Amino acid sequence: MRYAMAVDTKKCVGCSDCVVACQTENNVPIGYCRDWVVELTNGTYPQLEIEIRSERCNHCSNAPCVRCCPTGASHYADGGIVLVTENKCIGCGACINSCPYDARYSHPGGHVDKCTFCIHRIKKGLDPACVATCPTKCMYFGDLDDPNSPVSTVLKNRKFTTLIPEAGTDPKLYFLM
Amino acid sequence: MREEIIVSGRANPFIDPQLNIWHWQIPLYLFLGGLAAGILFFAGMYTIMGKEKVYPTSVKKAPLIVPFLLVLGLIALFLDLKHKPYFWRLYTTIRIESPMSWGAWVLMLVTPLSFIWAAINVREIFPKWDWKFDFIKKLEAFFIRYKVTLAWIMVISSVILGVYTGILFSAFNARPLWNTSILGPLFLASGMSAGAAMIMLLSKDHAERTLFSKIDIGIIAVEMFLIVHMFMGFLASTQVQIDAAALFLGGPYTASFWIFVVILGMIVPVVLEVLELYKFKVPVLIPALLVLFGSLMMRFLIAFAGQESRWLY
Repeated sequence: MRYAMAVDTKKCVGCSDCVVACQTENNVPIGYCRDWVVELTNGTYPQLEIEIRSERCNHCSNAPCVRCCPTGASHYADGGIVLVTENKCIGCGACINSCPYDARYSHPGGHVDKCTFCIHRIKKGLDPACVATCPTKCMYFGDLDDPNSPVSTVLKNRKFTTLIPEAGTDPKLYFLM
Repeated sequence: MREEIIVSGRANPFIDPQLNIWHWQIPLYLFLGGLAAGILFFAGMYTIMGKEKVYPTSVKKAPLIVPFLLVLGLIALFLDLKHKPYFWRLYTTIRIESPMSWGAWVLMLVTPLSFIWAAINVREIFPKWDWKFDFIKKLEAFFIRYKVTLAWIMVISSVILGVYTGILFSAFNARPLWNTSILGPLFLASGMSAGAAMIMLLSKDHAERTLFSKIDIGIIAVEMFLIVHMFMGFLASTQVQIDAAALFLGGPYTASFWIFVVILGMIVPVVLEVLELYKFKVPVLIPALLVLFGSLMMRFLIAFAGQESRWLY
């Protein structure tokens, strides 16, 4: 099982609903966020091109955060989801420094926190909160090993890219072009 | 125009607008660890070479401060942790791939070693020192018998400690400025040079001072070579590393790096040490303190600039 997410940059309107849904669902402390929206503007007026991406932890298959964690608090859970065990985390900040996507932050409680792909919802067969709430239905979630999952289907039919693949992290957050 | 901005207003403390998760604690520790490694290396080396009597400061006197340096460093490391009650988790596992885990375990080896070394030499510096209890005296005799073995372990573990202070940074490919394997040898050299400077500072013997002054000149030459190569490597690498080098080549860290680290921390002390070798009277305090200062500044600047270098946005 390899969980992955695809975000359709052509459908995303940058409303930030995914951010609020995540904060609500996961009780993210005020002033923090586990996902965010990036707007890329290219060109010169009037020839402007825009790309909007909802970003979060890439749940890399070769995650530098898991590699550099001195206690094993950062680990791969079922389906390749990268998680942090709170009571193993010493808050050294090595994983925060190691993440090229800056997807981790220091929780006010001391431990490190990040996107979990809403593993508690996945276990119940639900989609992550950001995917479920998206008003334009621009996000697809599922198992890459299942050829009929929403994410596998959409990746078969569309061109896609990942963020800084040259960092060698093998990310599992795809952006449909 | 190409503009990439976070429009949902991400403002995670210590992450935005730019990463700033490691503050003064980590570079201070890296300096103290490097300095301790330098002193222990010379103490071990001259013990193995059988020159304890010739160079008493490097073998006996300077190592007395190492336990204090390491304990201060450990306190700094502890203060850096944000989930302090769980610090012991470092010692319930060994993670080969994690430099932080290596560092924790190497410190677990070097710190007791430095205490033992200081303990078996303390009576040479303070002749009135009395251990009071018989079992401590027996323990002391035991370790004195195996002094050369201890010295070997010390030399090897101090090199690991010295290199580790650089590897801790270079293992992060997310921070392009740190992601160069030259940081390991560079920080090792800088620690050795700081160790030599500390020995110069503590020594009252002219011959010993002259020797360490020569050693220091040699190590600083190696450091300069490594710094030049580091920037050459960056400039011949990918865009993110070119941008990282630009922080020191015209960017916000240019003045502080070249003035404090290279000119005051390396060139001026080398000139003063060479002058002294040619019989000019130079108070040893000046080059030694400058080298220590340069070594400390290098850690701070590379730690802070590294967190500023990035891949995205």
